[in-house]
Amino acid sequence: MTGSAAALEAGSRRSWRLLALFALIGVVLLVPLEGVAQEGDTIVSQLRVENAEGERVGVEGIRLVVATEDEVEVGEGVSDAEGLFEVGVPGPGTYVVTIDEGTLPAGVFLRDPTRTSVTINVLPGQPGRALFALSPTPPVDDEGTVLGGSLGFSGRALAQLTTEGLKLGLFLAMAAIGLSLIFGTTGLVNFAHGEMIGWGMLMAYFFNFYGFAGAFGFLSGLPPPFGGGVNLIFAIILATIFGAGLGYLMDKVVFGPLRKRGVSLIAQLVVTIGISIFLRFVYLFAFGGVPRFYRDYTAQSGIEFFGLVTITPKDLVTGGLSLLILIGVGVVLTFTRIGKAMRAVADNRDLAESSGIDVQKVIRFVWVSGGALAALGGAFLGLSEVVGFNTGFRFLLLIFAGTILGGLGTAYGALVGCLLVGIGVQVSTLFIPTELKNVGALAVLIVVLVIRPQGIMGKAERIG
Amino acid sequence: MLDDATTDQPMATLPWEPGVSKPDPILVVDGMRRAFGGLVAVDVDHLEIQRGIITALIGPNGAGKTTFFNLLTGFDTPDRGSVTFDGDPIDNPSPHDLAKRGMVRTFQLTKALTKLSVIENMKLGAKNQRGERFFSALFTSMWSKQESGIEARADELLTRFKMDHMRDEYSGTLSGGQRKLLEMARSLMTEPRLVMLDEPMAGVNPALTQSLLEHVKGLRDEGITVMFVEHDMDVVRDISDWVVVMAEGRIIAEGPPESIGQNQAVIDAYLGVHHDAPLDPEEEEERLARAQREEEEE
Amino acid sequence: MIDWGFIFSQSLTQAIDFNAIAFVLAAMGINVHFGYAGLLNFGQIGFVAMGAYGFGLTLTWFGIPNVFVAVLVGIGFSVIFALLLGIPTLRLRSDYLAIVTIAAAEIVRLVARSTPLRPITGGAEGLNQFIGPFRDLNPFNASGTYGFGPWSYRGTQLFVIILGWILVAFVVYLVWQLMRSPWGRVVKAIREDEDAARALGKNAYWYKLQALILGGVLGGLAGIVLALGNAAIQPDFFSAPQTFLFWLVLILGGVGRVWSPVVGAVLYWVIITFIRNLGRQLVSAGYVPTTVIDTSQIDQIQFWIVGLSLALLMVFRPQGIFGSREEMALDAR
Repeated sequence: MTGSAAALEAGSRRSWRLLALFALIGVVLLVPLEGVAQEGDTIVSQLRVENAEGERVGVEGIRLVVATEDEVEVGEGVSDAEGLFEVGVPGPGTYVVTIDEGTLPAGVFLRDPTRTSVTINVLPGQPGRALFALSPTPPVDDEGTVLGGSLGFSGRALAQLTTEGLKLGLFLAMAAIGLSLIFGTTGLVNFAHGEMIGWGMLMAYFFNFYGFAGAFGFLSGLPPPFGGGVNLIFAIILATIFGAGLGYLMDKVVFGPLRKRGVSLIAQLVVTIGISIFLRFVYLFAFGGVPRFYRDYTAQSGIEFFGLVTITPKDLVTGGLSLLILIGVGVVLTFTRIGKAMRAVADNRDLAESSGIDVQKVIRFVWVSGGALAALGGAFLGLSEVVGFNTGFRFLLLIFAGTILGGLGTAYGALVGCLLVGIGVQVSTLFIPTELKNVGALAVLIVVLVIRPQGIMGKAERIG
Repeated sequence: MLDDATTDQPMATLPWEPGVSKPDPILVVDGMRRAFGGLVAVDVDHLEIQRGIITALIGPNGAGKTTFFNLLTGFDTPDRGSVTFDGDPIDNPSPHDLAKRGMVRTFQLTKALTKLSVIENMKLGAKNQRGERFFSALFTSMWSKQESGIEARADELLTRFKMDHMRDEYSGTLSGGQRKLLEMARSLMTEPRLVMLDEPMAGVNPALTQSLLEHVKGLRDEGITVMFVEHDMDVVRDISDWVVVMAEGRIIAEGPPESIGQNQAVIDAYLGVHHDAPLDPEEEEERLARAQREEEEE
Repeated sequence: MIDWGFIFSQSLTQAIDFNAIAFVLAAMGINVHFGYAGLLNFGQIGFVAMGAYGFGLTLTWFGIPNVFVAVLVGIGFSVIFALLLGIPTLRLRSDYLAIVTIAAAEIVRLVARSTPLRPITGGAEGLNQFIGPFRDLNPFNASGTYGFGPWSYRGTQLFVIILGWILVAFVVYLVWQLMRSPWGRVVKAIREDEDAARALGKNAYWYKLQALILGGVLGGLAGIVLALGNAAIQPDFFSAPQTFLFWLVLILGGVGRVWSPVVGAVLYWVIITFIRNLGRQLVSAGYVPTTVIDTSQIDQIQFWIVGLSLALLMVFRPQGIFGSREEMALDAR
């Protein structure tokens, strides 16, 4: 078996696993496997780039054009989620493969910007391999100046990174609300919250590629939004609903009964860890270990503001939506009946109970809405960063840093803390290597605990 | 009782006023203040606790008694104020430090260590144990002799408290009253000079109350100073030699138990000056905050 | 066909191999933390990593070719890590320690594998050139095979296993001795009720720090055993979920018992090796189609089992497989 065929098979197996994940929530799935078997001679390529974790990740959606030596185009194709590209050629010979730079997604650059095409020999019975070196950072010339119109160490870079950080912070804050409210109302630190975030991005990915009805094999022939994949916007809405569902299940099946049994908080904490590990590895099984991107809106060119910052339309929309949702949550907490009930339960559970509030119902509501917000935050994070089986857990650590920075259990503190962590993480890349940016946030977490354990927004009370 | 007469004597001549100085104080508090947010929970100008007698600390709900207790025993930190214990000034004391100096406390909700046996609970109380140091603990010979001495003393105390028959039971199996007894006996293992009892009679069944009271009096007869918080006025009248009354964070009256019933400030505090009027919103808020705080403290 | 003989002999071999030894030590550390002192350490793998890197770096980067010095440095690294985590958090609610430890363990991994530190830590590839001085001490024939019944080990392995179990015996004795001493009494009292212990004159913070260090050092020793057994230190082995394998081992055996990590680790490795090997054989023999699962994924499934059993045991059998319910019932809440 050739390497590319093996990789292709791995790809189709992965979609099976993704479906197995779906089966777990009770949906029976049959899905058409798209076999892209090529006869005869082919040119293959795998386009991969190192992500923040240092893992090599496939880059999807890059267009490659194959031509003969005398510039006659013989085929073209787009890399799949694995970064795999395969196109048939008429026969053995010499071909020129050109990469379409316009299709490079944000944050992916050619390591050598002058090398946009390669010449390869295709031998009989052996696929030709086109190699393109991609880099997560903009290329740099001999003097260390960043090429490709990107950022160096400057006020402009600071502005750009602060904007990116603000966006990250908004997503983190949205995902953090559930964690914070669950802690407030039940005293439980939910370590499975990262998997609730991951759930959102994976569901959005699933619907984006397979569609709502596409889950049922016989309906996959229907036109979108029913068959095939649905537009990401719709996919994210579905993911949010499924996030609420997961939150409901967590409380209904696990934590509600545990509270009823009077299981200690410490034991419940270990249970959240167990669930977290279980879900994370179910995700790994279903989704595979290689991070991927959504199908839609992956590559967008940015809009420049004030000549200072460049923002892609998707970031503008998702960032704005998060801001609106956060304001909405604030309004709900402050003015509505259920919001007041939530705060009452968080303030003093017994008092709330004795004044006629159905505490269990409030907690259920917190789980459901927290699950929905976590999923939505996760879906947005997946759009701005990458979709991976353990991305949720990585973000959870940042959220922990944010909530502790802001003050554990204070809703507004979590918001402020997460924004600071988001900005800090991005801006820190001016000074430290990108792969260590999350380390900085986690180190801050420890420093905050030394200096001001109640967080910047928390009240100094009953410590020690 | 003859003992009562002798211990009462130095107090008999004292004026019945808040902050009065005592002939031989073991604990002196000055300018102690503790506020939670805007609410001042404790604001005590001056208080002296006489050595060798039983002093009761009483006051209506939310008067700040428990907070005051926590401040004195190092479980809470005052915003300002100073404490002198047995002549030594103690700044920002930690509970374990105070316990080593000879001030030990019990808790309103008993803290029997449920998964330790009764005798282990007792032995825990002993001070200066060599075996409690990590490296000495590794070698039994370093502490076994001291341990058997401690055990003998613990058994003696258990016998005195009539708990010797439960010596090897998990303390989690004890009743509420037995736990109170255990906690008191355990605190005696620290060889204290001052025992602070936070509501020693709360949740104790009446059959045990009398024996508990006798034990408290027994402490005084051994020369140990006792200070306790209590709600039950009968108990206060029965065992205390001196009573300190708190309301709204302040000391409003002091005097021998029989004097307290006649004190106008105390009556006002207990009944509320405007006890017929409904609570105004501010007050209600305050009480909620207090209730909440008390819960947290538990 | 399924080779049952192979599966059973593998399971028994793994039951006492160096991995099991490392698991005993790491779980014993969590037992000291959680079982005796009530500390929630969700980042034990960070201590394991500190021990392993302290050991490995001494032999490579520091250039001291002395195994004993390396062990001491490994222990020192875990002590420093414990101080770093304990000093800020041990005065706070117990869940702060949980959050900080899990985050700190990730920091250790990310820093160790980072590109700037590649000249020191070997980056993502880790360290693998440190085993020489240890191999020189090996009295067994390195290329020979030693065996008894279903057990069979190479000379290099055997040396690690024998030293490892001696270490385990020593550690079991140490923990047993400490926990029956007045020191253990104070630590257990703090687990039950910190304020009660403080009111009786015990410096709870200091005892918790001591317990954190002790358990952390045991984690560090686990890291050293792993480094010796694997003859390599791989940063990505020290990922967050690993910690919870140790937790499962502890809970399998029963929290707060001296022998439970030993029982739990042996049991865990028998079960997991059995499941892995059976799964692999089922797949490769064609009983299970590769479209459903392939052999590399069998290892992922062990984490499903780990996650589920962790949650279920914690709720239904916190006293472990063999423990009695009685002691646990004393504090229903």
